[in-house]
Amino acid sequence: MSEAVLDTTVEPSGASGVSHDFSRDKQAFGVPWGKAMMWIFLLSDTFIFSCFLVAYMSVRLAATDAWPVPSEVFALSFGGEPIPLILIAIMTFILITSSGTMAMAVNMGYRKEKNKTFWLMFATAMLGVSFVSMQAFEWTKLIQEGVRPWENPFGAAQFGASFFMITGFHGMHVTVGVIYLLVIAFRVKRGYYERRGNNYEIVEITGLYWHFVDLVWVFIFAFFYLW
Amino acid sequence: MSSYVAIADRDHEIEHHDPQTFIRKYVWSQDHKVIAIQYGITAIFVGLIALGLSLMMRLQLGFPNEFEFINPESYYQFITMHGMIMVIYLLTALFLGGFGNYLIPLMCGARDMVFPYMNMLSYWAYLLSVIILLASFFVPGGATGAGWTLYPPQAILPGTPGVEWGILLMLVSLAVFIVAFTMGGLNYVTTVLQARCRGMTLMRMPLSVWGIFIATILGLLAFPALLVSAIMMLFDMNLGTSFFMPAISSMGVDPGFVGGSPILFQHLFWFFGHPEVYIVALPAFGIVSDLLSVHARKNIFGYRMMVWALIAIGGLSFVVWAHHMYVSGMHPYFGFFFATTTLIIAVPTAIKVYNWVLTLWEGNIHLRVPMLFAIGFIFTFIHGGLTGLFLGNVTIDMPLSDTYFVVAHFHMVMGVSPILVVFGAIYHWFPKITGKMYNETLGKWHFWMTFLGTYAIYLPMHYLGFQGVPRRYFAMGNTDFLPESAQALNAAITISALFVAATQILFFVNMIWSMKSGKKADPNPWDATTLEWLTPDTPPKHGNWGPDLPVVHRWAYDYSVPGYEDDFIPQTVPPEQAPAGRDHGVVD
Ligand code: HEM
Ligand SMILES: [Cu+2]
Repeated sequence: MSEAVLDTTVEPSGASGVSHDFSRDKQAFGVPWGKAMMWIFLLSDTFIFSCFLVAYMSVRLAATDAWPVPSEVFALSFGGEPIPLILIAIMTFILITSSGTMAMAVNMGYRKEKNKTFWLMFATAMLGVSFVSMQAFEWTKLIQEGVRPWENPFGAAQFGASFFMITGFHGMHVTVGVIYLLVIAFRVKRGYYERRGNNYEIVEITGLYWHFVDLVWVFIFAFFYLW
Repeated sequence: MSSYVAIADRDHEIEHHDPQTFIRKYVWSQDHKVIAIQYGITAIFVGLIALGLSLMMRLQLGFPNEFEFINPESYYQFITMHGMIMVIYLLTALFLGGFGNYLIPLMCGARDMVFPYMNMLSYWAYLLSVIILLASFFVPGGATGAGWTLYPPQAILPGTPGVEWGILLMLVSLAVFIVAFTMGGLNYVTTVLQARCRGMTLMRMPLSVWGIFIATILGLLAFPALLVSAIMMLFDMNLGTSFFMPAISSMGVDPGFVGGSPILFQHLFWFFGHPEVYIVALPAFGIVSDLLSVHARKNIFGYRMMVWALIAIGGLSFVVWAHHMYVSGMHPYFGFFFATTTLIIAVPTAIKVYNWVLTLWEGNIHLRVPMLFAIGFIFTFIHGGLTGLFLGNVTIDMPLSDTYFVVAHFHMVMGVSPILVVFGAIYHWFPKITGKMYNETLGKWHFWMTFLGTYAIYLPMHYLGFQGVPRRYFAMGNTDFLPESAQALNAAITISALFVAATQILFFVNMIWSMKSGKKADPNPWDATTLEWLTPDTPPKHGNWGPDLPVVHRWAYDYSVPGYEDDFIPQTVPPEQAPAGRDHGVVD
């Protein structure tokens, strides 16, 4: 992108080559500003979720009452025997699928396929909506069974507290992601990026956020439902 | 967020970017310089409120029970709001929002931050957080009195002032502040990483930018812990969850909590809180390095080491937090671990101090006002750093924790030192920001009275701490072990504090008077090398550089290079026209 204004022609190799690359002029990373900024934001957001999860582990260990058994609490019956973790398995599957459609949207963006990009982003958003709806269903079920942030019939009160707080915070991220996806998707459709040099970089930036939200879910899933 | 082609990357077509109306230019401005000034003025304004609060605390301590309007409740409110405002709303906002905004694009040779609109939102969110915070003085029950560390259970139980509304507003205000900081911080980091001008390698950046850059990264990684603890405390308060609240009897009533862990809050708080002290310290380190180098007409000693020390301190600051919790009850092995990491941090810190002193060594020192403040900083910082070594050792900390010794430590290191740098920096860049010169004599008076006055305040506090005077007490009560003289010392400290506060008037008079009728400033009054002094206009216009962006050919510290007619070579001078100095942009 920039000719070397450095007063040197020697390119060092090895470890000092790496540090030399990062400290070259103008840009440390060969990516657009928006993408660099999204990466940094996600790093910061990682710390938020890590704090939440570590706090959750800590209260779980410190709680004085017994911790509820997740496979019983999160079971759902379709007429017959309750099937443990069935809803959550579906939700996880949906979210992972949405990462797939997102990745395809990014690909189509790079191929400048405006309509396909739009539809794939739209599909991703819809999968996100169904995830949030199922989460709402799960919350409703738990609330009907008497689970509250401050108490629950199954054991330690911290169960409900951390469950609602952390899945709620994650659900908010998904909701924001859905809105973000839809805004960008409709801009794609209206040809906004086509007019600006046919540059679909933003689709990838949106994708970064979406994959991140997915990844976080995998951790929440493991810590809440499998532990 | 959508398009990343912001004005910082456009070489030409600047003219129609210049906003015309007053509102667009000075209120809803997206210009980093205007935003910087908005941040700066707001921060200094709340800082003055916090100063006022500290004076009320001092009045009570120096002359107990003389003043009717100070009772135990209001005393705790003053303490809490004083600490929180000074640490977060003044210093963090001023160094990063103020100096960060002003200096990063100018020193890196960019036209603006990468996302100016978000940068503007950052200021308005900050202002909102300040308004929410100040509103807590006027709600029923008043501001919170939980102490700036906001430890539960007491923070949200009856008996602590402000449980009605104050603590709620405090937590909400912090959350809004964190959002504001994140919007600004993402901009600062991305601008430094991705939007430097040609030739400006990372290893040619002035240390001011380095300090602000690393501090911003610390902020982006540390504030999450504060956000999470604020959210959890809000849950405990409003939904009756028990994250931090154990089963407890509060004033004979059972508030209904069960099984939470107050220590968890302390860990989260200090995981934020210790990096926070470096969020304030690192920009000060960076700026002071530049002030020393410019006014001593010498290159900074050990530039590379200075950069790596900043990075090392930044990294280490995430693994020392529990040295604030030695007395909270901790496994001795943890105490050992945190004492060790804490003492290791002293190594890069000491390297920096040596390098500052060695920069002065045989320099051509001009004792102008910014230089006085910079040298003053070296004194106060060494002083506070040494007491940190005492407190870092578990066994020495046990008796000293929660005494005035700790108060003395952190005021030397995090109160006085950064504030001296703030003043030095304001005097140093005043000619560029306003286009006028400040009054040198007034500035010198301001320095000496502030510097000596703060010593008169904080030096005796070490001694009080050794005697066992407890911290955060409204009145001494049943403390027979303290001699009468402790009270006399307290009165003396109060008088010094009133004196120092009064002398700050000199600063404001100087600033306001000079802005109106000061001498017109030279574009580069200090003969400095860095880009901000090379702008075509003083003060710089929107877009900073006129039609063409600068091109950098050397590091920021080519002072007194032998064989060149001037004693400084600006960063834009190509190697054909001047001897190559000791350029660390080149791999050697
Ligand atoms: C060599 C460096 C340092 C060491 C070893 C050190 C060590 C400590 C220790 C052990 C404490 C806890 C004392 C107690 O509560 O019993 C403490 C408190 C504190 N330190 Fe430092 N420190 C160092 C540098 C700094 C710096 C550079 C800053 C800020 C710029 C700072 C700001 C503070 C603050 C604000 C507190 C008090 C927090 C509170 O309890 O309210 N320290 N320090
Ligand atoms: Cu600390």
